[in-house]
Amino acid sequence: MEVAHGRPESQAASSAVRWGMLVDATKCESGCDDCVTACSTENGWTPVDQSVHKKQAPQWIRKLELQNPLTQMETNLPMMCQHCADAPCVDVCPTGASFKRADGIVLVNRHTCIGCRYCMMACPYKARSLVHESLNDTQKPDVPRGIGCVESCTLCVQKIDRGDGTTACVEACTASGHNALLFGDMNDPESEISKRLRELPTKQVRADLNLNLGVRYHGI
Amino acid sequence: MASITFREVEGSSLKYWLLFGGLGLFVLFGALAWNYMHHHGHVVTGMDNQIVWGLPHVFAVFLIVAASGALNVASIASVFNQKMYKPLAPLSAVLALALMLGGLLVLVLDLGRSDRLIVAMTHFNFKSMFTWNVFLYSGFFGLVGIYLWTMLDRSVAGYAKTAGTAAFIWRLILTTGTGSLFGFLIARELYGSSMLAPMFIIMSFAYGLAVYLMVLAAAYAWTGRPLGDAVMLRLKNLLAVFVAAVLYFTVVFHLTNLYFAKMEGVEAFVLRDGGIITTLFWVGQIVIGCILPLFILLTNLGKTRVWIMIASGLIILGGMAQMYVTIIGAQAYPLDMFPGLLESSSFADGQFHTYSPSVPEFFLGFGGVAIALLATLFGIKVLRLLPASLDDATVARLEH
Repeated sequence: MEVAHGRPESQAASSAVRWGMLVDATKCESGCDDCVTACSTENGWTPVDQSVHKKQAPQWIRKLELQNPLTQMETNLPMMCQHCADAPCVDVCPTGASFKRADGIVLVNRHTCIGCRYCMMACPYKARSLVHESLNDTQKPDVPRGIGCVESCTLCVQKIDRGDGTTACVEACTASGHNALLFGDMNDPESEISKRLRELPTKQVRADLNLNLGVRYHGI
Repeated sequence: MASITFREVEGSSLKYWLLFGGLGLFVLFGALAWNYMHHHGHVVTGMDNQIVWGLPHVFAVFLIVAASGALNVASIASVFNQKMYKPLAPLSAVLALALMLGGLLVLVLDLGRSDRLIVAMTHFNFKSMFTWNVFLYSGFFGLVGIYLWTMLDRSVAGYAKTAGTAAFIWRLILTTGTGSLFGFLIARELYGSSMLAPMFIIMSFAYGLAVYLMVLAAAYAWTGRPLGDAVMLRLKNLLAVFVAAVLYFTVVFHLTNLYFAKMEGVEAFVLRDGGIITTLFWVGQIVIGCILPLFILLTNLGKTRVWIMIASGLIILGGMAQMYVTIIGAQAYPLDMFPGLLESSSFADGQFHTYSPSVPEFFLGFGGVAIALLATLFGIKVLRLLPASLDDATVARLEH
């Protein structure tokens, strides 16, 4: 059982920790989007099927269906911010609003994001969305959002800082019995995620870019 | 060197004020378009989370690139000491400043939070090409401003070559920076290439000179001042060289991509399957922007004023098409996260993304063009930028 890493507000995030996620695509159920729903509920963004402007609706996490045209093999997996150690979005952000926390979480500072969307141009995973219109009242007090700013998966930073030790999508996937998602500290050799990463062959999406991702996939 | 008389445009005729008012109206429309977009958010534009940079960026980047190129004529005069071009230099500098102003306005007014412009000027991330561009654009205003001062004030005329050289080097770096906005992006197949920097420089030469020629000819025709063929014919030859170079870079860029299997998809998209993007590439960028102007400029047609104007207009249209293909086309092609696999999702993964620009986006873009022309129109009224005559005899005397 993993120990929760809650920390007092006065204490900065530590680089001794690297939060990460393991996605086991072989266990990810086709047609199930519990992780997406949980993310939307936890972070207060409207699910795309309930959005009026679907093409412009933010999506922090999405289910991706893959098919090999040659072998017909089908895979499906959740896709979201990969929390790169060398994040292109952080590199290109003119104001430094896009930043990586010491514990590996890539975030957007909502006070200094000017909505230039350069990070969206730079992200190889299309993980980011611009808030295209005024937000309704579904906003959560600990998840600040706003029109004209860019946003993406925060690895449920509010939950991590509370000491929950997990994210909404992982909780939902576990609750559904699929257990395709695992969250934890990749720097701690004794953590569940580190143990599983040692055992399972995993890949990084667009590994050719050498961005050192916080999200690793098995079965792709 | 024979002296030349510079004179302000009187600017009191009905025609002047009609032009002024017409451009002013477009500036007003641009302002209203910004207000509308800012109030409602980008939801009222054709942009979405797939096509994140739309028509305003096409206009803005075109204007910024053309601004750098509009300085060509002044550079040839000061840096390369071609006496014939000296009387043409002040207009060149003012046009460069005006186009830069128009382009930057469109760029910053299209920000999701354009009210936070001050943040962009006070918070810097020096690993970002955007940050570098903030300094390159500011420096451009400063250096070209000083350069213009050395041209207009005889007491500092001795510094013209120094200022002109500084401005020349600066604008080469500036356009390298503009091209690198795209060149430094690893995510998208059509970007991530050092070719984009020199390609943008040569495009700036062509687009900027085309704009300059049209403004020059219009200014002389509408004020009834003589403008000889000697000037126009020299400049049109230069323009042909620039357009040929643009075509060369474009061909090399795509040929190189075609050789790499991983680029075949995106090249097939641009060259064959991309619908409007493909049409804009072949008809807009290649035929209208390069082939037709080259034909006009290199044949006898290019010896007449009207055809030089037509060629310049085509180069500008082709340039806009090129920017559309470069900016929208690269985003319309889906990100290839899993090479060789078919992707689908609620977020349009694996699909060609479509984009229909909205009316406010057009007006924001036109507003930037109008601001640039309005600033130039105002400039030639209040400053002595234009020689009273550029007839062949006057120009010939300059070279001796």
